[in-house]
Amino acid sequence: MTDSNHIQGRIDWITVGFYVLFVGLGWLNIYSAVYSPDAPLAFSDAAFYNSNAGKQLVWIGTSFVLIVCILVIDFRFFESFALFIYLGLLLLLIAVPFLGVTINGSHSWFKFGSVTIQPAEFAKTATALLLAKYLNDPLVNLTKFPFQWKAALIIGIPMVLIIGSNETGSALVFASFMILLYREGLPGAYPALFIGGIVLFVSALLVKAWVIFLVLLLMAGLLVLFMPIYMQRDPKTYLRLSGGIAGIMTLALLVDWVVNNVLKEHQRNRIRVLIDPGFDPRGLGYQVTQSKIAIGSGGFWGKGFLGGTQTKFDFVPEQSTDMVFCTIGEEHGFVGVMLMILFFLGFLWRLMYLADLQRSRFARAYGFGLVGILFFHFLVNIGMTIGLMPIMGIPLPFFSYGGSSLWSFTILLFIFLKLDSHRSDMLSR
Amino acid sequence: MLSQRRNFIFLFFGIVGLLFIGKLFYLQVIDDTYEKAADNNAIRKIIQIPFRGEVYDRYGKLIVYNTPVYDLYMIPRKAVVKDTNHFCRVFGVTKEYFIKTTQRARAYSRVKPSLFLKHLSKEDFASVQDAMVDFPGFFFETNAFRTYQSRSFSNALGYVAEISPNALVDQRDDYYRQGDYVGISGIESFYEETLRGQRGVKYRMVNSNGVEKGDYKNGSLNINPVSGNNLYTSIDLAIQEYADSLMQHKVGSLVAIEPSTGEILAMVSAPSYDASQLTGNNFSKYYQELALDPMKPLLNRPPSAYYRPGSTFKLVQALVGQQLGFIGPGTVFSHAGAPVKCHGHGPVDLRGAIRVSCNPYFYHAFRKMIYDNTTGDTYERSAKGLQRWSDLVANFGFGRKLGVDLGNEKKGILPNVEYYNSVYKGEKMWKFSNIYSISIGEGEIVVSPLKMANLAAIIANRGWYIPPHVVKGVGLQKSIDPFYKTPVKVGVESKYFNVVIDGMEDAVTHGTVEADGRIPDIKMVGKTGTSQNQKGKDHSIFIAFAPRDNPKIAIAVFVENAGFGGSAAAPIASLVVEKYLKRKVDRKAVETKFMNMNYLPNVYSVVRKKAAPDSTKK
Ligand SMILES: [Zn+2]
Repeated sequence: MTDSNHIQGRIDWITVGFYVLFVGLGWLNIYSAVYSPDAPLAFSDAAFYNSNAGKQLVWIGTSFVLIVCILVIDFRFFESFALFIYLGLLLLLIAVPFLGVTINGSHSWFKFGSVTIQPAEFAKTATALLLAKYLNDPLVNLTKFPFQWKAALIIGIPMVLIIGSNETGSALVFASFMILLYREGLPGAYPALFIGGIVLFVSALLVKAWVIFLVLLLMAGLLVLFMPIYMQRDPKTYLRLSGGIAGIMTLALLVDWVVNNVLKEHQRNRIRVLIDPGFDPRGLGYQVTQSKIAIGSGGFWGKGFLGGTQTKFDFVPEQSTDMVFCTIGEEHGFVGVMLMILFFLGFLWRLMYLADLQRSRFARAYGFGLVGILFFHFLVNIGMTIGLMPIMGIPLPFFSYGGSSLWSFTILLFIFLKLDSHRSDMLSR
Repeated sequence: MLSQRRNFIFLFFGIVGLLFIGKLFYLQVIDDTYEKAADNNAIRKIIQIPFRGEVYDRYGKLIVYNTPVYDLYMIPRKAVVKDTNHFCRVFGVTKEYFIKTTQRARAYSRVKPSLFLKHLSKEDFASVQDAMVDFPGFFFETNAFRTYQSRSFSNALGYVAEISPNALVDQRDDYYRQGDYVGISGIESFYEETLRGQRGVKYRMVNSNGVEKGDYKNGSLNINPVSGNNLYTSIDLAIQEYADSLMQHKVGSLVAIEPSTGEILAMVSAPSYDASQLTGNNFSKYYQELALDPMKPLLNRPPSAYYRPGSTFKLVQALVGQQLGFIGPGTVFSHAGAPVKCHGHGPVDLRGAIRVSCNPYFYHAFRKMIYDNTTGDTYERSAKGLQRWSDLVANFGFGRKLGVDLGNEKKGILPNVEYYNSVYKGEKMWKFSNIYSISIGEGEIVVSPLKMANLAAIIANRGWYIPPHVVKGVGLQKSIDPFYKTPVKVGVESKYFNVVIDGMEDAVTHGTVEADGRIPDIKMVGKTGTSQNQKGKDHSIFIAFAPRDNPKIAIAVFVENAGFGGSAAAPIASLVVEKYLKRKVDRKAVETKFMNMNYLPNVYSVVRKKAAPDSTKK
């Protein structure tokens, strides 16, 4: 059963079903976002194909071509060529400042005729492949520092390059590889520190450093007071506790310094606006408020397909791309968004289940890389539209308008499905 | 062991999902401030229709301008009228109207605006302004009416009306929306894209009471409307109004052209209509009335109506005959052998033939042109001769469009070989004896009044014309299509015009023109015509230009059912010429007589169909 002619039988149709569902619903939402009751466009109109809905239809069509290509390629290709793919993407990322064009204020696009491609979107797939290949070596043990360091290097290089082209949002997506690494053996302290760091980071933006100090001291005091009796109250424990608290305080100071000296004004504002949308009512706060109003006005049942009023006329900026969730919220209400979130979680669960079925560590690691990336997008994209996350230019996988985004997620997902369809052919190491 | 981590990861995912769902539940279900905010923050896309360009006469007098009006819209979901009686009093509508319109609006859409009341004047708008606070869900949009300075010139101006469903589908550049106004005929239609300007869009934030709270995004998305370009016409409004007054109680056309420029000085289509009633609330009622009127007042006759040119066409025959070398000033024909009627007079030369409008003369002349003094198969010779003849006559603009800047210009018919082949169903099925009627402007030839006025200009210029046009300048630059600046030669040498102009002078001084058609102190030259009309009294036609030397005005007058050309059309033309050249009319008795003259037929019809071949002629 090594020939690829029997793929259909072993491809995971549940995942494919989710994919088709998301892409289809996404298109309906894009159609609704560009739909103008004053001038509805018909499929026969040439203008339709200039609208986002028309173009997305073209992107969807080409995505199916990509899928066929991926399924036809030998499954061993992805592991064998992971390094080449990765290096190729790095080259593109290096080339983009010189050869790229600027779209929507971001100088990170390549233009081929009328098609524009953002290499940053594809870099995460390449990174996931190389990381998975690296972990496929049974000697790699993520509890050991040298291996951790090498894994971090694989993730870090494209990340730095992407930050270089001012796509901070896309760069942050690489943080999602934490999930892959955690699944493959990275000690739990890392993600814990990571989340703690984010909490500190946000706190540093909101309150002065001495407040954080005070809170930490208070927590330490309470900890000492209510320390379980079975713990030894010896100097060693106190020393450890004091060391821990001092470490966190240093981290807080560092974060505070980074926030106030390294971050640019607009980056700080994006986070500050989360807490106080009123502070920049015309700019960032406006965007958050409008998106909350759009979603909030949907109510329990929503206003119905094409019935949205807030998501028309570019009221919510980027309504087809990053803010597509607003249209869902407004037109389909709480019922719609809840179902969407549940479906998405179900989709992630299915992918993790499949990943754990893999016999090769390569395929499993890649699967968790995929899950991490999808989840990160889900977290940030929906989070920002409901005011729980800072505004970052991050699309909602499969739903958002845009060729690069749809293509990259399609490739990302179907490489995994291709690997999964050959899981019995893979060597377990 | 590590595979347990999947559960931890999913636990984390689940917590995030629950957090999101919780936050969404709060935003969408518990907290209704956002729903209210959506209402408060509703954005209304307001289309701003720019003012259409204005229309001026050749001296800068305003002919058409715009008056702002206000349309009242309602959004049913937001419209709460507590006191219907109060509402009806304020807006001056009946309770039935209120109920009916509200129901219709609801049926259309509960959230989208529907038109509630059209065309409130500035005064009415001002008087209801204060009361608007009591009527949430209602708001105004500005609109504009075409306003006409004069009742004159309506047909050539055309009118504006809501775009028809067909035109909406057929439009090329996808500009119009349902309910948009568009120029329907005349220069309003021809210069639509110039006049309409560029529509603007305004995004306004409005609260739930329909009160505007300012521009959305500080107006950064707004597109300002651009007013349409003004049209500077060549019309002399004083002459136009005078001509209109002379054409009242009549059916017909009058076209006056400045020969040296092709500029149209006046253009009357009678009967006309009151353009100011074709705007606003009256439109449909008045339009119905006009559309059903058998006199067809909506038709702009000068470029669109079909007539046989009658004897005025003899001028073309005289010119073409000379150019083709078959006749000359000394060529004499008698009545002998001609199947066409004439008055009792002896043989005449070309000048005399034009003076008395001798039918047999032009029968013989045309026969010579067709048969070319050759022998052989008459059918073959007829076809060959007619081809040569029609090629030259076509240069005068017959059988094709002159390119006037008015909607609905008709080509007319210049019968040529192809035409007769189709009428007689085949080649060599017809010969001179079947077609001789066109020698005297009868039979199959069909022209419009505009073409005949242009013929007068061609003769005045001795061999060329500039395509007639109404608009001599567009917009601030007063630019004009070079087409309306370029002379067109008709292919007849200027020397051949002398004898024709002499004949036309004789026709006015002691020929077919009666005394009422003579201006004592102006040398006007012209030619009468009588267009045969099977359905009633013949149509009276006169074309002329004046003064004979250095012509300033060329004119064509068609009066339907007025009989002989010298009796009705010529005096009317002479009055307009006199008024234009002297700025006053001394012949008050003639003026009064023809202003009051009534030529309205009992049963009215315009020759529209192709003239059928007359089988009795052999
Ligand atoms: Zn005679």
